[in-house]
Amino acid sequence: MTIKTDAVIIGAGPVGLFSVFELGILGLNAHVIDNLDKIGGQCIELYPDKPIYDIPGIPDCTGEDLIKNLTEQIKPFKPEFHLNQRVNELKKINKLWQVITSDNKIFETPNIIIAGGVGSFEPRKVDIKNAEKFEGKGFYYSVKDKFKFKDQVVAIFGGGDSALDWTLELSNIAKKVYLIHRRDDFKGAPHTLNKIKEIAKIGKVEIKTFYQLKGINGDKKLEDIEIQKNNDVIEILKIDSVIAFFGLKMELGPISNWGLNLEEKCILVNTKNFQTNEEGIFAIGDICTYPGKLKLILSGFHEGALAARECFTRARPNENFVFQYTTSSTQIHKRLGIK
Amino acid sequence: MPKIIYIEHNGKEHQIEMPIGFSIMEGAIKNSIPGIDADCGGSCACATCHVYVDEKFLNKIPKAQESEQDMIDFVQDANEFSRLSCQIIITNDLDGIVVRMPKKQS
Repeated sequence: MTIKTDAVIIGAGPVGLFSVFELGILGLNAHVIDNLDKIGGQCIELYPDKPIYDIPGIPDCTGEDLIKNLTEQIKPFKPEFHLNQRVNELKKINKLWQVITSDNKIFETPNIIIAGGVGSFEPRKVDIKNAEKFEGKGFYYSVKDKFKFKDQVVAIFGGGDSALDWTLELSNIAKKVYLIHRRDDFKGAPHTLNKIKEIAKIGKVEIKTFYQLKGINGDKKLEDIEIQKNNDVIEILKIDSVIAFFGLKMELGPISNWGLNLEEKCILVNTKNFQTNEEGIFAIGDICTYPGKLKLILSGFHEGALAARECFTRARPNENFVFQYTTSSTQIHKRLGIK
Repeated sequence: MPKIIYIEHNGKEHQIEMPIGFSIMEGAIKNSIPGIDADCGGSCACATCHVYVDEKFLNKIPKAQESEQDMIDFVQDANEFSRLSCQIIITNDLDGIVVRMPKKQS
């Protein structure tokens, strides 16, 4: 089934979210697609607790606060979110664009707003021999079905919440879990680590700190891994599965195949309406570039407002664009649900 | 202006001068030196500007903050000389600093 909408927004970070607002007050609806499992983009994934001091009118807020407030602000426009999927393909059909996601959702729209930050978040992969060969067959970057690890010996790499949470969870399912980290300082929640340390006492879990992954061995199936403590001798661990949580990496991904003019991994736009070299495709926020571009959230908000105006003329070709203020326009008040 | 020497993984050396206050990462990007990607633009959020700092200069740089250590967890082949070059601000003390780039930014 094809979803028809006035605009598809790629990226649910602060700039993508605020463009829902700018489209909304013009009477346009939007669907938002993001590869993460939650909205908020870098604000949520990279720095939920870090304070931001340069949002106009807000002296101090965290990434999480900002996303919460933006979500509240765009609520009246009932945006629909399509998470855990990235846009793989764009096709031009007459004056419309067809957008196809990795989840095989299809959208038809006159406007695509790319607010993709530095690209989509993908798990950071290991560049060691055999890692690719066993990926999905013993070597994993995420857990899709925890029961796959039933009665296995599992090595989990990383020091963040994902590594700690899955060590704890799989300790109930697997035969044994090794938690292996480069330092003895874990970034993940201390109470989870404490629970893991308790379980380690009965031998279900073994914590190995100051170790790094050095080799992956096996013929038809993954048999063992080589790990190294500091620069000492290599140790061999016999395991059934490895799960590596080395964080997420931002990748431009399929965006580079859409025929858009790029400069240094950013999309070139004009500053009149933030349209790219393709009509109906806009780029705003960190992913766009133009002379004088500043990679700030506040710049992205401005870019979204201007892009939305052009989106209006494309989505409503028979209507005149009338500029209105939110302070005085009864039409905008109605759209915002203000009585 | 302080001199900075970047050595690529293949041994190729690049010497530049950079005003104080900039980061080692910015020096590489502005001079198109390969081996430092800096995907996040210097906000200590991506770990693609990983370098190994020459031992002689390691003590002249303020210790890595927790956020930098957390990012270094994600790089391959990290060692005690590993730093993110976006977090190393050039000072007069660092004149002549040598940084080596890893085989690949992860």
